[in-house]
Amino acid sequence: MTVELQTNVQSQYTGQPIVNDFALMVATKNGSGSQTSNAVIIRSLYRMGIPVSGKNLFPSNIKGLPTWYTIRASKDGYIARRATTEIAVCFNQDTAAEDIANLPAGGVVIIPKDWKWGQSRPDVIYYEVPIKEIMAKTDIPSDFRDRIANMIYVGAVAYLFDLPLDIVNRALADQFNGKPKPTAMNFGVVELAYEWSKENLDKSLQPFRFEPMNLTQGKILIEGNEAAALGSLFGGVTVVAWYPITPSTSLVDGILDHLDIRKDPDTGKNTVAIVQAEDELSAIGTIIGAGWAGSRSMTATSGPGISLMAEFAGLAYFAEIPCVIWDITRTGPSTGLPTRTSQGDLLFIHFLSHGDTRQVVLLPGSVKECFEFGWRSFDYADQLQTPIFVMSDLDLGMNLWLSDPFDYPDQPINHGKVLDKDQLEAFIAEHGEWYRYKDYDGDGIGYRTIPGTDHNRAAYFTRGTGHNEKATYSERGDDWVNNLYRLRHKMENARALLPQPIVDHDPAKKIGILSYGSNDPAILEARDLLAAAGIQTNYMRVRALPFADSVRDFVLNHERVYVVENNFDGQMAQILRMEIPEDNRHMISLACGDTLPLSAQWVFDHVVQHENK
Amino acid sequence: MPNALGLERADYKGGTSTLCPGCGHDSISNQIISAAYDLGLPMHRVIKLSGIGCSSKTPAYFLKGSHGFNSVHGRMPSVATGATTANSDLIAIGVSGDGDTGSIGFGQFKHLIRRNVPMVYIIENNGVYGLTKGQFSATSDAGQELKYYGRNELPAIDLCLEAIIGGATFVARSFSGDAKQAQTLIKAAISHRGTAVIDIISPCVTFNNDPKSNKSYDYGKKNEIALHEIDFMPKGYVPAREEITVDDYAAGESIQVRMHDGSYITLKKLDNDHDPRSRAAAISVLEQAQREEKFMTGLIYYEEPRMTFGETMNITDTPLTHLPDSKLRPSRDALEAIMKEHM
Repeated sequence: MTVELQTNVQSQYTGQPIVNDFALMVATKNGSGSQTSNAVIIRSLYRMGIPVSGKNLFPSNIKGLPTWYTIRASKDGYIARRATTEIAVCFNQDTAAEDIANLPAGGVVIIPKDWKWGQSRPDVIYYEVPIKEIMAKTDIPSDFRDRIANMIYVGAVAYLFDLPLDIVNRALADQFNGKPKPTAMNFGVVELAYEWSKENLDKSLQPFRFEPMNLTQGKILIEGNEAAALGSLFGGVTVVAWYPITPSTSLVDGILDHLDIRKDPDTGKNTVAIVQAEDELSAIGTIIGAGWAGSRSMTATSGPGISLMAEFAGLAYFAEIPCVIWDITRTGPSTGLPTRTSQGDLLFIHFLSHGDTRQVVLLPGSVKECFEFGWRSFDYADQLQTPIFVMSDLDLGMNLWLSDPFDYPDQPINHGKVLDKDQLEAFIAEHGEWYRYKDYDGDGIGYRTIPGTDHNRAAYFTRGTGHNEKATYSERGDDWVNNLYRLRHKMENARALLPQPIVDHDPAKKIGILSYGSNDPAILEARDLLAAAGIQTNYMRVRALPFADSVRDFVLNHERVYVVENNFDGQMAQILRMEIPEDNRHMISLACGDTLPLSAQWVFDHVVQHENK
Repeated sequence: MPNALGLERADYKGGTSTLCPGCGHDSISNQIISAAYDLGLPMHRVIKLSGIGCSSKTPAYFLKGSHGFNSVHGRMPSVATGATTANSDLIAIGVSGDGDTGSIGFGQFKHLIRRNVPMVYIIENNGVYGLTKGQFSATSDAGQELKYYGRNELPAIDLCLEAIIGGATFVARSFSGDAKQAQTLIKAAISHRGTAVIDIISPCVTFNNDPKSNKSYDYGKKNEIALHEIDFMPKGYVPAREEITVDDYAAGESIQVRMHDGSYITLKKLDNDHDPRSRAAAISVLEQAQREEKFMTGLIYYEEPRMTFGETMNITDTPLTHLPDSKLRPSRDALEAIMKEHM
């Protein structure tokens, strides 16, 4: 069967409106204040009940470099990044030529009239909006003028594509947390631009329209990093140590923003210590010290920070100390592109440290899972007595996502095998002994005590050097090997404990797609596109390493399995090949890694291309 | 004779040392044992922390009733920061070396001090890398000669000077051959509320004990100049009396420093007029020692403690580790309210 590749080009306007199924791209300069305007458009669509997603493509720069913000409305509920956008709001002269060139035929340009840009493309509609003229009608203080001028495109967009002004006003109030003064100041400009557009622009020249729906009722809009922060706070974190790094910074900011929910009601004091460390080495050292001392501790970082944490990660793995490490990935190697997304740390964190190490990695695929894994990660860390890595990415972490509200934790806090004074007494009475690293339960996990336990046999010596089950220093080969066997056994058991994959499997279908993390929306949409083109697929979304046993079954039970991921080397495919020793030549690695959030089109094109071979 | 807790000195011992016989570090371990025994330290509240190196092995050789943590090279300060933040009830004793503190861990050392993490930070300083067989360290003096590596042309880092400049509130130097002074300083440091740094010159009998080396036993014994005769009276042993001020010192023989927990340090004047409560004087005495190649020991700097790191974060008085689960997980209503804010 041969499937025709779909073209990306939007057909010319034929008079039929295109409702709630297009994308709009806003090109501005970084630091110009356009984030507020973009958020207001998103919040307006959300308020209209239209499924919406926003992708911020921003530079590694404070002010001046180009930034693009893509807003997608989808009546079908697709929230992945759209490869093509039909509408370009060109508010950055440096990129306008390219931004206009990238539009499909039938596209729309909104551009400042002040630039006298010209209209070189006959196949797109130009709407020129006079910035100076509109701003001249306002009495906004000069300090705010440049930033608020971005509200002009909000007004023009509102008129041209039917965003009701009262909804925009409410979205502005949301954005400014209900503060009337900035809301009114910004809305004044929106209104002026709207009125000007109404008098001077002909919106019937293009088909794009927003219409109210009811698909966002009861849903929330939130960034993954804030979701992770909330999850951590509900998971009982008490020590956070970090070093600022894009794109993880907003995770710890989220903890700071919501710290009030963790004030001690009795004393008003903080139950969470937040340590801004001097570097990532210190950040992970601090959380390891805290985890060892019995508290729930975490850090958030990105690739370069992970590199620095490698040695300590090995210590925590080998000395079996719980802690949680969020890796909000960006492109690497090296400094790479600090503000572009990637899933390129997967292999590195799974094996982080020298020597024989296998780290646990959780792979949230939505903001909801960022919250859920936020609290569960501490239980896993305590239960497994090991560092838990949670790999999110810039796309999931820093963009706004539409989601169902988060579910309250359905399980009580689980501290794992910790013996307090009385429990230790009882343990010794039962077993006649207690040794820190002895496997009493056959699950590879020993019992630990925490410093401060008032029992004369509670103390043990924690070390990264070779040790036996009594936690004493040992250079014996058999002690070393026995210890590694136990650690391997622990990790094997972890497969069943950790979040199991999400599977949509119909045995009649011969083609499987396997993926993870923030690729989920693109894959869900691509499967619909593929189905429409006659390619039926099953789907497994892996949510943790080491793999659940069902991963192997999924791979082996298909004629072809596409492993889709957003890094350059196909790192998940490599891990699968390593873990599944059977013939796995039917497994095809589709690794994107082009620095952008995955699009359904990319997945569709690559699967079709391969199916046509 | 049993101490206040009914424990013998032997109860405060640790495992058998695997360091070279005669190593200065072992005598420091002995002083820690004696100090803890004398003070009647509850061992379950003590944590022993170290990095990597000969010195960092020693926490296994004292206070077997305390949790120990031999971490990674140069990063013990961050582990101590985390542990003491998690549990403010713990009494932290860190042991480091000149490589661990002065080279690979220099940054963490400075930041520990800047944060005023409450702990005793002992540097067992022998001016040489032992475990890797005799390289120069950052505290090796210029002109020092070693068998294989020749002559050191680089100036030494003075860790006490670095500590004072970094904002440490208790800074002392001692000599492992001067057991009484080392032990007294360790006791006082345990009473201090904040980072207490003790740089103890501790000869390496294998790689750096040539009488010409200023980190050798011979050199130390011949050249040590104690700034004061120091006594420490722990809380509870001190007769009630008014705090003596600096003026009394100028007038006479001794100064008493009342510590935060009610203990007293008594400094009897010797040949010099050093007042450890003056930061300028402390820096000056160290620079003079450097210039004149003198080996000055004792309490070099003491300051009324500023806020500890935990206090700067306004965390609960109940150690974070001991908070009940009900204070770790906000209510269902709290989550619902946040969800509504995001609608």
